[in-house]
Amino acid sequence: MTHPTTTVLARYAEGGHGLDDAALWSIEVHLDACANCRESLAAKATPATTDLLDRVAVSLGQAIEASPSPTRQRTPAAAVHRRWLAWTLLPWLAVTVAVLGCGVLLDSAEPSLPSLVLLLAPVAPLPGVAVAWSRRTDPAWELIATTPAAGLAMVLRRTLAVLVVVLPALLVAGVSTGTSLALTLLPCLAFTGATLVLGALVGVRRAAIGLAVVWSAAVLLPSVAAQSLSPVLQPGSTADWVVATVALAAITPLAATHFRRLTSGN
Amino acid sequence: MRAVRAAETAPTLHPWLVHAKELRVRADRHLAVDGLDLTLTAGVHGVLGPNGAGKTTLMRALSTVVKPAGGSLTLLGAQVDGRADLREVRRKLGYLPQEFGFYPRFTVREFIAYMAWLKEMPKTAIPDAVQRAIDRVGLTTKADARMKTLSGGMLRRAGIAQAIVNDPELLLLDEPTVGLDPEQRLDFRDLLRDLGADSCVLVSTHLVEDVVAACTDVILMNEGRLLFQGTPDDLIARGGQGDAGDSPAERGYSALLRRHRSNA
Repeated sequence: MTHPTTTVLARYAEGGHGLDDAALWSIEVHLDACANCRESLAAKATPATTDLLDRVAVSLGQAIEASPSPTRQRTPAAAVHRRWLAWTLLPWLAVTVAVLGCGVLLDSAEPSLPSLVLLLAPVAPLPGVAVAWSRRTDPAWELIATTPAAGLAMVLRRTLAVLVVVLPALLVAGVSTGTSLALTLLPCLAFTGATLVLGALVGVRRAAIGLAVVWSAAVLLPSVAAQSLSPVLQPGSTADWVVATVALAAITPLAATHFRRLTSGN
Repeated sequence: MRAVRAAETAPTLHPWLVHAKELRVRADRHLAVDGLDLTLTAGVHGVLGPNGAGKTTLMRALSTVVKPAGGSLTLLGAQVDGRADLREVRRKLGYLPQEFGFYPRFTVREFIAYMAWLKEMPKTAIPDAVQRAIDRVGLTTKADARMKTLSGGMLRRAGIAQAIVNDPELLLLDEPTVGLDPEQRLDFRDLLRDLGADSCVLVSTHLVEDVVAACTDVILMNEGRLLFQGTPDDLIARGGQGDAGDSPAERGYSALLRRHRSNA
């Protein structure tokens, strides 16, 4: 870059007489980027200019003093309370954790019953996932649905927020009752994936309700009634759950186009 | 001063900011917009029509909330019906729905900043843009009040602020003047003229006066179809002394509707 000569700078400082517009603009663009030239320009400033600058500084100082103080920067920890999801999910997650807690208590009180923690694990994340992408629970859904951020990425981020709470709760429940951790966590992940895949077609809320009903009718209630654990939760089925979880996780990204609009099934 | 991005100086390759052809949009089961042809350029366009004319459904289709049931819809040069990627269009979109839902615990500033973040604005630009939007709608003194403490008119203005925070190229306002007092409505008209200078603003309203005062273009809808599109002066010229209404524009409005109904 070529610096303007001292004579050109001096002329610029005096008001730019004798310089054409193009020359003035190129000097200004250069000054914008070059601290050294700004310094030498400041040294050449005329008394009228320094006087003007002083007056501007004084009035600016007064204006800043009179205006309201800037809002303080929020720390990331304090930002959580400004997340809509944090407030909306809280009651649902609290209920989920409480139900799991009851399952743990029942398991220890009635060892003859099949493990309730195992039976509840697949449906534990469903209420949270249904709430995370819903027209009913989000008052501003119509606004959210028109933003570029709406879509599969938002659904996945909110689902992750649910799993961050549900998975550790299941882990603690599984460890304290001594059940197989793989059979506690894998069905939970598989059902989360299934809710999203099915939700792409019929809406996440409907998918969550449907899956919860099917699981209760086909596995949960028969197991409790027969007082023996269903074969789908026996140790031999771990491999099947792994395959199901991986397959559903792989299909989920393919459903991205279905999440661009928040359809009425959600 | 800021650097100008290449995208901002790129020539526009689409003749219309909004182009709907044979557009059909469903509201619940029935077709609320049925075979609408519409082309819009920059300016303020007022959408008039009786209740049930399909104004809100049209707004929802243009805001990409609902997928059109048929026909073609092009916004800012991008096709938005079917399974198209909507992100690029949505970044340049501002929308105030008829039922403006909000988070009662949030302050006005937090809510608008949250919307700006969802609109994928650069993080460093958000605080300034939020303050500017709040100032433009006249909520400066209420910027740090919680949303649940605001009155109806203030909420409406907060809704307008979140719609304009990203300087949208296409701004859709559904009944923006509901709950505003006469003085605020005058301020709002000034804001509309200002916004319409370089973007396409679509205002749906029942108030014929607002349209005549602040709009460059009037769109009259009835039963999901376009009945009339022209300047406010055109609308006034349609009215005769015998038509119902208290002002020339209202007479024009009722004359157009009456003529359409007698033909049907």
